[in-house]
Amino acid sequence: MELLRFTTAGSVDDGKSTLIGRLLYDSKSIFQDQLEAIEHTSRQRGEETVNLALLTDGLRAEREQGITIDVAYRYFATPKRKFIIADTPGHIQYTRNMVTGASTANLAIILVDARNGVVEQTRRHSFIASLLEIPHIVVCINKMDLMNWDEDVFEKIKSDYTSFAAKLDVRDIHFIPISALKGDNVVDPSQNMLWYNGSTLLYLLENIHIASDANHIDARFPVQYVVRPYSDKYHDYRGYAGRIAGGIFRPGDEVEILPSGFSSKIKSIDTFEGPLAEAFPPMSVCITLEDDIDISRGDMIVRKNNKPEMSQDVDMMICWMNDRPLQLNGKYALKHTTRDARCVVKDIKYKMDISTMHRLTDDKNLGRNDIGRITIRTTVPLLFDSYRKNRITGSIILIDEATNETVGAGMIV
Amino acid sequence: MRAYNLTHLRELESESMFVLREVAAQFERPVLLFSGGKDSIVVSHLARKAFWPAPIPFKLMHVDTGHNFSEAIEYRDWWVKEIGATLVVASVQDSIDKGRVVEEKGYNASRNVLQTTTLLDAIEENKFDCAIGGARRDEEKARAKERFFSHRDEFGQWDPKNQRPELWNIFNGRKHIGEHFRVFPISNWTEMDVWQYILLEKIPLPSLYFTHTRKVFMRDGVIYSMSDFMKLKPEEKEQEMVVRFRTVGDMTCTGAVLSEASSVEDIIAEVAAARTTERGSRQDDKRSEAAMEDRKKQGYF
Repeated sequence: MELLRFTTAGSVDDGKSTLIGRLLYDSKSIFQDQLEAIEHTSRQRGEETVNLALLTDGLRAEREQGITIDVAYRYFATPKRKFIIADTPGHIQYTRNMVTGASTANLAIILVDARNGVVEQTRRHSFIASLLEIPHIVVCINKMDLMNWDEDVFEKIKSDYTSFAAKLDVRDIHFIPISALKGDNVVDPSQNMLWYNGSTLLYLLENIHIASDANHIDARFPVQYVVRPYSDKYHDYRGYAGRIAGGIFRPGDEVEILPSGFSSKIKSIDTFEGPLAEAFPPMSVCITLEDDIDISRGDMIVRKNNKPEMSQDVDMMICWMNDRPLQLNGKYALKHTTRDARCVVKDIKYKMDISTMHRLTDDKNLGRNDIGRITIRTTVPLLFDSYRKNRITGSIILIDEATNETVGAGMIV
Repeated sequence: MRAYNLTHLRELESESMFVLREVAAQFERPVLLFSGGKDSIVVSHLARKAFWPAPIPFKLMHVDTGHNFSEAIEYRDWWVKEIGATLVVASVQDSIDKGRVVEEKGYNASRNVLQTTTLLDAIEENKFDCAIGGARRDEEKARAKERFFSHRDEFGQWDPKNQRPELWNIFNGRKHIGEHFRVFPISNWTEMDVWQYILLEKIPLPSLYFTHTRKVFMRDGVIYSMSDFMKLKPEEKEQEMVVRFRTVGDMTCTGAVLSEASSVEDIIAEVAAARTTERGSRQDDKRSEAAMEDRKKQGYF
């Protein structure tokens, strides 16, 4: 059984919580005590039917205000797949949350209210999904019940979206007309929209091909931790623990260690169960080399003829996440793969208007929830690929050195 | 061409091992909170795999309320030896004796709340800068938004409104002196994942999880084990039932379920058919709808 991580995006009142509630409910992932709790709350609020949206309401502040304020993770499984949902809120403070939810997702569900069609929020969500390189996008056109299940409404929105999405970097888009409230085309095929011949949302989630989402070409192994047992049995053992970030590694491979540039050969790929013949993303393994080389956390093991970039000057798109705006010439701590460094912001090239996708070259003020393009210079060279090529070796976080808060999410261009 | 993909259990395992290695790399004195329940057993098993062939580079700590099932303690001592780990015990009784906390009174008295003080004291005394726990996001509403790396201020408090964003698999464990982190390597696992993994990896469990005949009594619809720590009300009476436990906590707040499941396979079939979440049999959450959130803010794990 495979694991699919997806995120959901929609504006306020698009019915996102209802959709998630519906997926959980119709796939029988809701337990009796959870159902009783929301039935009780629905009754207290004087609602006529059980409000499935309450299933995904987490913290007390949200229950009081009736809005979701942070990314929440939900889990359900069908006999075919296990799913992790990063449920992100739909209101204004939303960019940083969607970026967070999107960062680990293979698929994004973008909800469009059939009554409103493609609106500014839809464009924002879609831009973020493409910026974060989510491989698959599913546009769910919701509330079809309020539009008389009209095929023309669906086709119009589909064509509007398609023409706007041509400007985005999205590889795989699907469209489904649904009613989250009534359940049409969520888990069960709609009896009200017989004109629709495509799959239901759940069928798509269960069957979409995700095995080739990871980079299996460019071998990258950021060293996370050096394993030295100092025991009689493993006296001279020196292993490099980490998670494969790209490509396929096999014993006997000629490798180079960066940044030092030393060459060696992979001696073994070890696990608790025994050695492996090959390792690929996202496996956590322990690699040993033929030669005794000084390697530490933050170094990267790569194939000899396929190296990442190595530079102190890094160009990236950044989503700012903090109330204190990004400072030009400001110094920040950064984390990139397993490497820690510091950096200075050398240039803010432009801010992105994520509704129009215009580059605002005369507005360089990046505040909370803003996205822009910047250049940093780092204290030590980073070993990186473009984010487009590899989401692991292409991502960076910036940290405020005074408060230790994570303030920026960077995608290397 | 072969498909390079992992099963969901192997992908979750790999993610958890990555998190555990980050802990060892980013913190000076981490500790793994070990309760003897299946979740912390799985975390300690993952830790063994993450650092093999070296031993686990941190200690295990049990916050001992004194209200334990004896089977859980026997298992704890055996398992710690089995995986070659070192155990620290932080005792709630000590906290009571020192006057740090006052024992609750009445029929439903529990030491569950008192654990928080003992835990925070132990973290301070041992200068632990990171406590690894077996909590999962699917357990309870307040946990759905918990990070893998969860920052705690100098009072051990969690601020749910001001959590650091957590992106990709980059974990920010930076902190000021006196602050610490809680890290939850199996955040993304569900109860079913844990059971399937226990089956896959053949991880031994305390006997409490499997069916047995036990002396019990009923209170508010919950089946409690007879013990020295709970006094029967006049209308309650001791009886024998065939039960097992879905979670292992204090005897005073862990309810049993009627079950004849004698193997992990049986339990998986039972969990698959179950109509209540495992926390449904935990009294500590029922005190109020936001009970878990309140306790977490104060530093509960």
